[in-house]
Amino acid sequence: MSAASSPAATSPRGVRSRIGAFSDRHRSTSVFFGVGLAAMALPLIVLLPPFNSFSGQGVWMDGFTIAGIFILLALGLNIVVGMSGLLDLGYAAFFAIGAYTYALAASPFTGIEISFWPMLLIGAVMAAVFGIMLGAPTLRLRGDYLAIVTLGFGEIVPITILNLSRYTEGPNGIGGITAPSIGDFRFPTTGNPWPYYLVMLGLIIVSMMLIYRLQDSRLGRSWMAVREDELAAAANGINTVTTKLLAFALGASTAGLAGVFLAAKLQTVTPNLFRFDVSFTVLAMVVLGGMGNIWGVAVGAFIIFMIQSVLLKQLNIFFDNVDVPILSDIDFLQYQFLLYGIALVGMMLLRPEGLFPSQRRKRELHTEEDADFGEHGDPMGASPE
Amino acid sequence: MTSSTVTAEARPNRFLVARRSGVGPYLFILALTVVMYFVLGPKQFVNALTIGAIYALVALGYTMVYGIIELINFAHGDVFMVGSFVSLFVLTNILGATGPAPDLATIVYQLVVTFALTMSVVGVLGVTIERFAYRPLRNAPRLAPLITAIGISFILQNVVQLIYGPSPINTPQVIPPSARVDIAGVSIGWINIFIIVTAISLMFGLQLFVSRTKVGRAMRSTASDREAASLMGVDINRTIAITFLIGSALAGAAGVVQGLYFGNITSALGFQSGLKAFTAAVLGGIGNITGAAIGGFMIGFVEVTAANFGFFVWAQAAVFMILIVTLVFRPSGLFGQQLGERA
Repeated sequence: MSAASSPAATSPRGVRSRIGAFSDRHRSTSVFFGVGLAAMALPLIVLLPPFNSFSGQGVWMDGFTIAGIFILLALGLNIVVGMSGLLDLGYAAFFAIGAYTYALAASPFTGIEISFWPMLLIGAVMAAVFGIMLGAPTLRLRGDYLAIVTLGFGEIVPITILNLSRYTEGPNGIGGITAPSIGDFRFPTTGNPWPYYLVMLGLIIVSMMLIYRLQDSRLGRSWMAVREDELAAAANGINTVTTKLLAFALGASTAGLAGVFLAAKLQTVTPNLFRFDVSFTVLAMVVLGGMGNIWGVAVGAFIIFMIQSVLLKQLNIFFDNVDVPILSDIDFLQYQFLLYGIALVGMMLLRPEGLFPSQRRKRELHTEEDADFGEHGDPMGASPE
Repeated sequence: MTSSTVTAEARPNRFLVARRSGVGPYLFILALTVVMYFVLGPKQFVNALTIGAIYALVALGYTMVYGIIELINFAHGDVFMVGSFVSLFVLTNILGATGPAPDLATIVYQLVVTFALTMSVVGVLGVTIERFAYRPLRNAPRLAPLITAIGISFILQNVVQLIYGPSPINTPQVIPPSARVDIAGVSIGWINIFIIVTAISLMFGLQLFVSRTKVGRAMRSTASDREAASLMGVDINRTIAITFLIGSALAGAAGVVQGLYFGNITSALGFQSGLKAFTAAVLGGIGNITGAAIGGFMIGFVEVTAANFGFFVWAQAAVFMILIVTLVFRPSGLFGQQLGERA
């Protein structure tokens, strides 16, 4: 919310431009303070009306923690879709792999007990390994194939988890997962929401800093080059397959990280948590937030999550109370995906750069208007600078 | 500009026309068919052919659209699903059918009306989608139309859910499933014969249309080089619209058949069958009609074999594995054009 000031940094004048210039020069600092301030403000904002009438601070903060998981997912998918231009439709699969990695490593089901902190890393690595296994054969082909293959993968992983009940408890899922602990302090599952909230805050800050650094690195520039014109990128000596594979693996590992956190937060995982609607929700977050823009995607994810988990529910309650004949019959949550569909189409047609566009992406998406015959949509005129 | 010229040279697009692939693939398919017959037994063999025919009809739409504008039309599976619901509407709300029709004349009448109406409605739906969701983005980066396609797929699925709800709905099986005929000592349902014959005749009709008519030639030329075709006086927009019309109408036909054969349909159909039909198109070599048709039948075999041996839950996984294996070892599919690395 208050984070929204940073994407606006692109506008030319006044205080905004100064903030913008500052955040360009000091990315990590601005991420640290931007996310930090937002995270400190949120628990206070919910104490004010009208928010305090919906639910108490603790419930709100639990919601924010889950929203944080989606922010992580959106940040990771943004590496794949936004920065590298690869469409991944089975992103939830990597989320599931991360979650089940932790579930198997720290639950009574297997009897193993590994601490949460190293598992964060291990879950991320596991997801990345799967990402590489899936990406290696398919990333040589055209981008659209990747979309379909990942869509299939996103379907297969929950099906496999569901049917391998010997190892995964099938549809019941794995319960009783150990909560993280620092020293003797075990994270409380109810009551005090702060420990999870702060850990999530840390994860988001670190991921955002890393992703910003990646974006400005040689690899990040290669991603952008591959996205804008793969042929030209290859001609300039970029190994397109490795570049895409790294994007895919890093995106997957972020999802793995989010998955480990989810398992630790909910302390139970079931295959249903990772159906394809999660993949599509995260995709909608990335597209609506502004593909390629790290801040935009994070804010987009937060807003969409809040709309979906708070606003639609409140609309239901509101219209139930006011007794408008048709509106009170509508279950707004049920139409969430209809709304996503309309939003995706509308966004692509009217404002393809998203709500909070990255400058480069915006230029890229708007140059075709004067190109008369860009048959394959390769934005040839789009290499600025 | 430059890149499109380069790629057009590097990849001669033999849209809808089988590459001279030698007899290899055909022998492979013949052998596979014979093996399948003995593995599955006659009854399941016919079942597999029927299911395969439905996938093949849907796969044709994927392949045609991909062939002509190189877009994976994610919404196509949902267009097929809409087709099955339109046929349900026509059968129950317009024709008042509730179950098996009493006599042959009624069956013929109901089927003709259902096919005609459904195929036209769904065809027009396809053209509309192209007009509003894909055409404005024809020159945009590849990702943009893919994302609108996903959006359209959501919209179609949810609108149908809005009207009919998410749970499966029974459809009238106009041709009674009990009507069977003995062919060489094997009892085969008329419904199976009807579906296989309809599908194969539609495919032949399409092949003839594409290879013999003027519009078909326009389609082929648009597919192989859009700029050159437009310079030669081909109306590109019209040709692409016709491609969507035909592809969607075939999906509509598949939708009718789906309801007739299985007796129930659901709004999730598009997603499940779409993935399988797409695999069929890739397996056959995307952009190629014969390939898509044969790929569809092969997917039918895979699915029925998996179900037959008690691995039904794994059928989807098996189809997906086939997709990966095809993409790794023979990305051009059995009959397809070369699709190497390109942006």
